[in-house]
Amino acid sequence: MKILVPIKRVVDYNVKVRVKSDQSGVETANVKMSMNPFDEIAVEEAIRLQEAGTAEEIIVVSIGVSQCQETIRTALAMGADRGILVETDQQVQPLAVAKILKHLVEKESPQLVIAGKQAIDDDNNQTGQMLAALLGWSQGTFASRLQLADGRLKLTREVDGGLETVSLSMPSVVTTDLRLNEPRFVKLPNIMKAKKKPLEVIPMDSLGLDTASRVKILKVEDPPHRAAGIKVASVEELIDKLKNEAKVI
Amino acid sequence: MAVLVVAEHDNAVLQEATLNAVTAALEIDSNVSVLVAGKGCAAVRDEAAKISGVSRVLVCEQDKYEHQLAEPLAGLIVSLADDYSHIIAAATSQGKNVLPRVAALLDVAPISDITDVVSADTFVRPIYAGNAIATVQSEDAIKVITIRPTTFEAAPADGGSAQTDVLTAPDDSSDYSRFVGEELTQSDRPELTSARIVVSGGRGMGSSENFQIVEALADKLNAAVGASRAAVDAGYVPNDYQVGQTGKVVAPDLYVAVGISGAIQHLAGMKDSKVIVAINKDEEAPIFQVADYGIVADLFDVVPKLTESL
Repeated sequence: MKILVPIKRVVDYNVKVRVKSDQSGVETANVKMSMNPFDEIAVEEAIRLQEAGTAEEIIVVSIGVSQCQETIRTALAMGADRGILVETDQQVQPLAVAKILKHLVEKESPQLVIAGKQAIDDDNNQTGQMLAALLGWSQGTFASRLQLADGRLKLTREVDGGLETVSLSMPSVVTTDLRLNEPRFVKLPNIMKAKKKPLEVIPMDSLGLDTASRVKILKVEDPPHRAAGIKVASVEELIDKLKNEAKVI
Repeated sequence: MAVLVVAEHDNAVLQEATLNAVTAALEIDSNVSVLVAGKGCAAVRDEAAKISGVSRVLVCEQDKYEHQLAEPLAGLIVSLADDYSHIIAAATSQGKNVLPRVAALLDVAPISDITDVVSADTFVRPIYAGNAIATVQSEDAIKVITIRPTTFEAAPADGGSAQTDVLTAPDDSSDYSRFVGEELTQSDRPELTSARIVVSGGRGMGSSENFQIVEALADKLNAAVGASRAAVDAGYVPNDYQVGQTGKVVAPDLYVAVGISGAIQHLAGMKDSKVIVAINKDEEAPIFQVADYGIVADLFDVVPKLTESL
């Protein structure tokens, strides 16, 4: 079985982002970029399936600027077999991403797509579900456990009330939640090896797909600032403040 | 224009987040229908018909809708889409699962987790864990939207008398997903996302046994119990306790953060709370930058004392 894992290059989760003064977006120049953390979990899960003998090949795909090759190399160093960059300077929204991925799935014929449940920049949580819809495949979102058996996929999902287990038809699109696994650290020799793994670059325009934005970003602003309050010295003072000043208890 | 709200329920009870979604829908247009798809869900249908401001309740009862699986439910919603300008659900795990599938089948771009309605095509939504706020305009004919429940008041659960229509389900014999089982957290405490008071514990709790300190305080305050990602990852509490960017978003009157350092990702889930109390022995913990009242002290001293004194 082949597994396709889409990965996104995003502002590192430790960076406190700054809104641009012209309100066009968030400053990304000279900011540390990393693989979206949920996508790292997706890559890790694919590798574990390969190590267990379930998967033969892992293809990672990224869509974006040329520097996304670094993100792909990271996934290759973790253990993925080859990479594809669909290169564009354009901002690509989730619906267009799903269309590009559908195109690649049809070309590469994986049985399973494992994606992160959301990217920590746009916080959309859409692409996996949309890819499943466009392919006419089953979807298993927010996965915390994944088992292949008897031609179906048994998946435990993190839902608002706790955990839900479903059995999905194959092929399928799965999206990862935090507890699915803990991604491995990349070892130096593997970084060297990853440089030799195949990485194909395809210009996005050459695909002839409808990748136009459907959602116009009118402005991006700072959130309302929440000022720090006061330190209280004792439990008695805290209770007094909550009762008489804040009036919440 | 007409708005379809997808009800969230367990066939017995309507989830409160649906009431928040109805309010968001009414901000767009006064013609609001609620879809109740399920099995043996007559009680939910009756509840939905009483929501103030709802004009119509559409009911579709089928085995395949019993567990709200995304694939059949999306098929049903798509079959109704021609009659609506907007399709709305709460940004719960259910809404997030189903609505993007609906949008892709309609070839429209969904808009996730909105916090405000500016006009019928323009919405406000947080990005980057709430560290930036985007105003976005949809250029699609049908707007498919999930709303953040904590930023829209609940519509009154009583006072409405909507007409009820029974729908015929579209032909769909697909077998994508089968429900196998669920392990839902049983609790007598208020529900985390709608509780008036939330007490959350973090890595500083140290163990799952120590979490009882937080639970005792929560019970004294009639509060829900939450947690930071660190506490969930460490196995102190189940995943459904997690408050944050990728967990639950809460905005109670009072949020008490116990042994939580206050990573950006956690703040994203609670900084809209009215009053925030932080208890942490590390004076430099970022949680103090958003707390109205902070106590720099050992939580194992302070929290039991607080519980006792209340």
